[in-house]
Amino acid sequence: MPDAPLLRIAGLVKHFPLGGGLLTAPRGWVQAVNDVSFAVHRGESFGLVGESGCGKTTVGRMVLGLIHPTRGRIEFDGQAIQDLSRREFGRLRRRMHIIFQDPYSSLDPRMTVERIVTEPLLADRRPPRAERRRAAAELLDKVGLRAADLDKYPHEFSGGQRQRIGIARALCARPRLIVADEPVSALDVSIQAQVINLIQDLQQEFGLSYIFISHDLSVVEHVCNRIAVMYLGGIVELAPAANFSRCPRHPYTAALLAAVPLPDPHRRAAAPAMEGDVPSPIDPPGGCPFHPRCRHAFERCSKEKPPLVPAVEGHSVACWLNDGRGLE
Amino acid sequence: MTDRLLSIEDLSVAFHTPEGTARAVDRVSFDLNKGETLGVVGESGCGKSVTSLSILGLIPSPPGAIESGLIRFEGRNLLELDPEDLRGLRGRDIAMIFQEPMSSLNPVLAIGRQVAEPLMIHRGLGRQAALDHAAEWLDRVRIPAARRRLYDYPHQLSGGMRQRVMIAMAMVCRPKLLIADEPTTALDVSIQAQILALMLELKNEMGMALLLITHNLGVVAQMASRVVVMYAGQVVEEARTVDLFDRPFHPYTQGLLRSMPLLGARPGGGSRRLNEIPGMVPAITEALAGCRFAPRCPHAFDRCRADAPDLFAVRDGQRARCWLQPHPERRRTDA
Repeated sequence: MPDAPLLRIAGLVKHFPLGGGLLTAPRGWVQAVNDVSFAVHRGESFGLVGESGCGKTTVGRMVLGLIHPTRGRIEFDGQAIQDLSRREFGRLRRRMHIIFQDPYSSLDPRMTVERIVTEPLLADRRPPRAERRRAAAELLDKVGLRAADLDKYPHEFSGGQRQRIGIARALCARPRLIVADEPVSALDVSIQAQVINLIQDLQQEFGLSYIFISHDLSVVEHVCNRIAVMYLGGIVELAPAANFSRCPRHPYTAALLAAVPLPDPHRRAAAPAMEGDVPSPIDPPGGCPFHPRCRHAFERCSKEKPPLVPAVEGHSVACWLNDGRGLE
Repeated sequence: MTDRLLSIEDLSVAFHTPEGTARAVDRVSFDLNKGETLGVVGESGCGKSVTSLSILGLIPSPPGAIESGLIRFEGRNLLELDPEDLRGLRGRDIAMIFQEPMSSLNPVLAIGRQVAEPLMIHRGLGRQAALDHAAEWLDRVRIPAARRRLYDYPHQLSGGMRQRVMIAMAMVCRPKLLIADEPTTALDVSIQAQILALMLELKNEMGMALLLITHNLGVVAQMASRVVVMYAGQVVEEARTVDLFDRPFHPYTQGLLRSMPLLGARPGGGSRRLNEIPGMVPAITEALAGCRFAPRCPHAFDRCRADAPDLFAVRDGQRARCWLQPHPERRRTDA
């Protein structure tokens, strides 16, 4: 029996109003997240992948309380977030942090590095200056920067170094969970490896759990233990990393994997596996949201939405193929 | 050589800034044959985009200046062409597509008009004839209901559709060379696959050459027949694509290939680490003695820090800017 999960999400829904104002009704709703459920275990890296607009970032923001869900339940360490008072949530919230994609816009250009990385400490108490400085120096050391960098400003650093500063800030309040939203997407290849290694080393050292959000399937597969694939606001497949690219069960996952350009000139891709664009989340297709683009679709797919159910131990799929077990 | 289309010889481009002179491109040379796809790869600031912009005379000056070199296209040096002739070439014989289709399309012009424009300018077609042609091209790049879409504006299209419009615009005059600078970087992976397939199909059909500039080694492996790797303004390796991926010679190329996580290679919640290239790219305003990669190179020896290496032949069709010798037994004999 494994430990109770650190984070449990059930039936999470977020609809954003489209247009409309104080007095006018919205013209419609963007169904950004539709009935998403999953759990993140202690020390686990949980991957959320999918293309732009699939809802992966919105899920991450809801976990952190940056966006309020339309419906659904989020439990952190056994406590349901919506039952907490503002103050209690504030305390809990310090145990989660975020790393953003863009190392340029996520750091305040007028703050010194010391101020940036220790800002989370100011949320509940005002430690003396010397203590802050010591804490900041320690954090910089953890992320591979030097104490000499404490009084510098963000513009004095490269993209990779700025991302290290963002990571130091995320670690400052000793969180249990870090939501990393495309943390290496803006970085060059040679720097990307450094930051991925750092993220993994820190996980070991601090026993962190990650929600790792990315559109880069190879990075997610490398970093994560389990991977959820999202399409049009819902999870279509949830697989252990070992199965993810070896035996994908949802046709969307398979098509997505086939679209990745492999750095191997001996294995050149055949025709693209998926035609057309992702449909609009304002008016998503009925039945299985992927059916209009799916080459395996049959009658049932356009009529009923398949539930996310286990196909084999630990590997779930939302697909009507093979009695709900997806591709085999 | 009859099938040589483009050759760049010893091209140097500098940008004069208050912080000093940045040598963005430093004595870059490479050739491109008719119908060939050449990939130029490298990280931000390596000079790959500046090189491609120089071909079309698009370097903003000041602060930029082409300091030396030749760019020969079908025998003519483009750097000596008068602006009128260069304009005649741009869009007709050489076309370019960029990373961000939204910023390269005119937001207040209907897309049909934008695709038709090169035909009106270069081929002297009348408005209606050009629009008819544009509709055919929009259909050709698989924009659904192309004829109706002629009057749509760029903001009404998705990112993938906009990039298709860019491709149609680039292709209408049937150029001999298409320069594509990060054409799929802003796109999702499934759309990227569609756009790459479309580019390949059009290239084969029309026999044009493709200069593909990208940071993505996967895209290069899938598309190019030859690859040039750039680092800090210089070409550090040049090889046939298969050789580059099977037998990379330059330690930078090796480092890049090893630092990428490979799909399906080592899945799962890695305690396994990726190979890193330590350190970072030097600022191009720094004057560096020796090899520019030496500070990050695991194989660097004394000579690397003192003398800058040339591009040496490693094997047939493969060159590397490195003092290491191609045969292990002869390694470091110069040191």
